Amino acid sequence: MRLIAAVAEWFDHRLGLAAPIRDAAEHPVPRNTASWFYVFGSAALVVFILQLVTGTLLAMVYVPSAAEAWSSLQALNHQVAFGWFIRAMHGWGSNFMVAIVLLHMVQVFLFGAYKFPRELTWIVGVFLLLMTLGMAFTGQIMRFDQDAYWGLGIGASIASRVPVAGPTIVGLMLGGPIIAGATLSRFFALHVFVIPGTLIALVCLHVLMVLKLGINEWPMPGRLVKRATYERDYHALTKSDGAPFVPYAVWKDTFFAAFILLAVAGCAWYFGPFGPTGQPDPTIIQTAPRPDYFFLWMYALLSLLPPSLETPALLIGPVVAIAALLLLPFLSGEGEKSWKRRPIAVLTVLLIAITLGTFTHLAGYAPWSPHMNAWSGDPVPDQMLKGTTALERQGALVFQGKQCRNCHALGENGGERGPRLDTVAVRLTEDQLIRQVIQGGGNMPAYGKNLSPAETTALVAFLKTLHPATQTPARDASREAVIGNGPGSPDRGSLAAREGGAEH
Amino acid sequence: MKVSPPVALATGGQECDVSNENLMTRRRLFMKLGILFNGVVAAALAVPIVRYLSASATRAHRTLPWVALGSLKEFPEGETRLATFRNPIVTPTDGQTADTACWVRRIEGQQFQVFAVNCAHLGCPVRWFPQAGLFMCPCHGGAYYRDGSRASGPPERGLFEYPFKVENGVLTIQAGELPTPGTSAPPSANNAQGTPATFFKGPAAALTAATKGQRPPCA
Repeated sequence: MRLIAAVAEWFDHRLGLAAPIRDAAEHPVPRNTASWFYVFGSAALVVFILQLVTGTLLAMVYVPSAAEAWSSLQALNHQVAFGWFIRAMHGWGSNFMVAIVLLHMVQVFLFGAYKFPRELTWIVGVFLLLMTLGMAFTGQIMRFDQDAYWGLGIGASIASRVPVAGPTIVGLMLGGPIIAGATLSRFFALHVFVIPGTLIALVCLHVLMVLKLGINEWPMPGRLVKRATYERDYHALTKSDGAPFVPYAVWKDTFFAAFILLAVAGCAWYFGPFGPTGQPDPTIIQTAPRPDYFFLWMYALLSLLPPSLETPALLIGPVVAIAALLLLPFLSGEGEKSWKRRPIAVLTVLLIAITLGTFTHLAGYAPWSPHMNAWSGDPVPDQMLKGTTALERQGALVFQGKQCRNCHALGENGGERGPRLDTVAVRLTEDQLIRQVIQGGGNMPAYGKNLSPAETTALVAFLKTLHPATQTPARDASREAVIGNGPGSPDRGSLAAREGGAEH
Repeated sequence: MKVSPPVALATGGQECDVSNENLMTRRRLFMKLGILFNGVVAAALAVPIVRYLSASATRAHRTLPWVALGSLKEFPEGETRLATFRNPIVTPTDGQTADTACWVRRIEGQQFQVFAVNCAHLGCPVRWFPQAGLFMCPCHGGAYYRDGSRASGPPERGLFEYPFKVENGVLTIQAGELPTPGTSAPPSANNAQGTPATFFKGPAAALTAATKGQRPPCA
């Protein structure tokens, strides 16, 4: 023991770090901050360190070349001992890191910790969030597969819409005229050097400010923040009701960090690594690229925005969102901290969470995307063909053969781009069906050039049978008034045939 | 770790200035000259660094090269087929990513339309459905007619087109750049009247007459 003490003393004489480290560790914190709500920041740091370690390990095998990246990932997954596990840890670590950073941000926001004098800590935190998302996006590209390739194309398409500078930004982003070797190399530089370097610097700044300004005290409803008195009150609080951070509060951080690491490892072990999916070969077009989990909401947004709003929303939306986050501490730097007395703050968080959650959920099944194989893979349900005429069955064939099914569901299966057609005959008359099929409209392409008159007749005859047995199909009252609609008319005829069929 | 109060520092500095005014002025001059010197060196070094970084943003190839897609026999009249080509501008590490696909529509004779596979919305690969006569995009649900014009969904324009020519019975196109909504020409005035937008300014305008007849009645 004496030897260890002597060695430590030798180092400290030269480094002089023991005293400042002890000061930092034992700085007094308000007792009520030793809470499970205050563990997210340290957990984010621990996961970040995990990412640095696993990322460095991966870089020992990974080849950042468009020609070889995919094969090197295969080698990591299948040849290198525990390569799959390190990849899985890194992938799951990234998901956990984004989630924990967001949780940390919500906690800080709801506890009013961004208010005076911690405005700059919040601002640095906003940049840390942006860097974390930047790591998530560039990391998705390191997994150089089909999703990564087409994801880059989507990024380039978005960037190209910037007025005037668009083409220049695309050139800078891709490193060449197409998505190729230079693109992967520069995203590798961003993912491995630029963004992590910035992250490390900003994390140091962030933690330094937490130490200097002290951890945010537990907010008490009615205890308002005032610039003139806050710091004096805070120091009085840490004197009267403070305890050294180590070990009084830190034990919860250590337990939570270990729990998170275990959870990452558990997910990695159980679910395995993410991809890579198919090879990054642009000539393989049978692919439906999807972004990683945390960008799914954007994928949904890009599908659902009206075309005219899309470019403004893409270019202005992020600027407004980031500006709002940066300005927050200046707009409400004083006043009430407790979430119990900040209903707008709570509602804002809920609104954003529900919006992002809804978009993410929608992106999970992407109702806006045609089901490319529905026309050949999902048969017309039997009961819809029961008791139908030859013409109507021919119409069902046209319906499948012309890929209508890719966008329109029948029964449980088919695309959801257009409305379900199970009961279309209740909504549209024969004339309206013909018009809709031939001319399209309401986001449906016109099929006039791709259907012969005979095919159109058959298709509409089939569509006219699509109504519940208890509901009559839509009628054109004006037409009946003018030319009459006797019992021998086609409308009645097909209805009778169907009802007759239902009785069998 | 104790930092001396800022007041003491300030007065200390002033005292220093007063007592060694001339010396400090000279030292400060040298310091400023040193900073200036560094600034000059940095500015000189910035030239190659900025040029290096921006090299990819400035187009090296003003006019894009022509690439052969294949013999005319490979493209039956009235059909739309997938063709692939190796991007004419490559680097040694490009691997498969320099292989590019495009949709070739042979209208009749030597009348063609060559579309980029990239959706004009956000660049996903569109697929051709001959029975429906539509290009469909798997990402956000864009759809295009056989002549490349927009049919439905989020795209604001028709498919990107490559200029083509037929030489010695071989179809060649002018290619080399990733087509994106911002880097390619916006839909021309012609497009509003019914011809597809052109990605590169080229002979596609000559197709106006050929494709007009293909328009759906409602568009």
